Amino acid sequence: MYDVIIIGSGPAGLTAAIYTTRANLKTLVVAGNKWGGQLMLTTLVENYPGFPEGIQGPDLMMAMKKQAERFGTEFIDSDFASGDFDPPAGGLFKITAGDKTYEGKSVIIATGADTKWLGVPGEQEKIGKGVSSCAPCDAFFFKGKNVIVVGGGDSAMEEAIVLADFASSVTMVHRKDSFRASQIMQDRAKKNPKIKFLLNAEITKILGEEKVIGAEVKNNKTNKVSKMDIDGVFVAIGHVPNTKVFQGIELDEKGYIKVRDHTKTNIDGVFVAGDVHDSHYRQAITAAGYGCAAALEADHWLRGQE
Amino acid sequence: MSDLNITDQSFEGEVLKNELPVLVDFWAPWCAPCRIVSPIVEELAKEYEGKLKVGKLNVDDNPDTSARYGVMSIPSLIFFKDGKPVKTMVGAQGKENFKRGIEEVLSS
Repeated sequence: MYDVIIIGSGPAGLTAAIYTTRANLKTLVVAGNKWGGQLMLTTLVENYPGFPEGIQGPDLMMAMKKQAERFGTEFIDSDFASGDFDPPAGGLFKITAGDKTYEGKSVIIATGADTKWLGVPGEQEKIGKGVSSCAPCDAFFFKGKNVIVVGGGDSAMEEAIVLADFASSVTMVHRKDSFRASQIMQDRAKKNPKIKFLLNAEITKILGEEKVIGAEVKNNKTNKVSKMDIDGVFVAIGHVPNTKVFQGIELDEKGYIKVRDHTKTNIDGVFVAGDVHDSHYRQAITAAGYGCAAALEADHWLRGQE
Repeated sequence: MSDLNITDQSFEGEVLKNELPVLVDFWAPWCAPCRIVSPIVEELAKEYEGKLKVGKLNVDDNPDTSARYGVMSIPSLIFFKDGKPVKTMVGAQGKENFKRGIEEVLSS
């Protein structure tokens, strides 16, 4: 039996674990089949304080994990499967992951958000065969090839810049007429001679059987559809919160966990931290901050229960 | 650990013609998630010694093998049995997850 079960192993979950274990609370992190969260799919993180030269996203997560382990956090590598968040008064929460069920006095949900895919024909079956959401992982395989990056934010710019080191051309496809990325990232992308920009454009279909060979792109002003011969489509249009599996936990109209009083859910003893409730800031450092806050509140709540 | 290294040249002998099932970790030095998987693979090599051959293939230096098996995302762990790929696991994952994959391949 655990004092705290933390679901999720990104910056929010691991920071929460560092705080709960240092508060002497027996802590289990349900890390998931693929642990570490979104930072595992990035390269250099330049805005996480404390690293003046930047740090590789996976290295930062590895360090956070080690720090949580140092104070006694237990980890399981299975995905969260289901949870009983409605126990009898004073009872324990039951969390099932893999084929085992774990009991906890309190729960912190920190499952973050996942890649939002385009949802067009030809996409899902070609993930890993030319369709990707991780340029740092996959760019190398597009050496000398032509690729598209879809999206208009910072992560889209980063994907394009990383890809431009390998691909012979990178076309950024964005449905609006301007980018919402920060100025510094836009400038970096715009001065790269390999990166081209296609605005007011949307991908309507990804072509190819075994792997990606092209895409249909629609100009949303003229509705004209044209075919582009390309070898890869990198999707960076945002994220969806991982909330579908939490029965009985109240969500907001956008599907994020509805947060009250900074860290609390609608269920007493179940706390929330990071991108799974935060659709606004979505930074590693804010997620870590939320993780800290949820841990402190869980500790406080547990003491009140004694 | 250099003794785990597999190359385009040694692939046929070490992997395809191996009597044991083989797990090959496709990786590259520039791939940060690969650095997380790499020490796990080295531990697995020791734990399953005699039951499973474990090797690491640098995709930068050995493009032929990566292309032949359609590796387009790393880290990719591909299991080979009797010269054929039988299971692929893509992305940085926890050790327990890889062990489940290994058990599945060994028992099939």
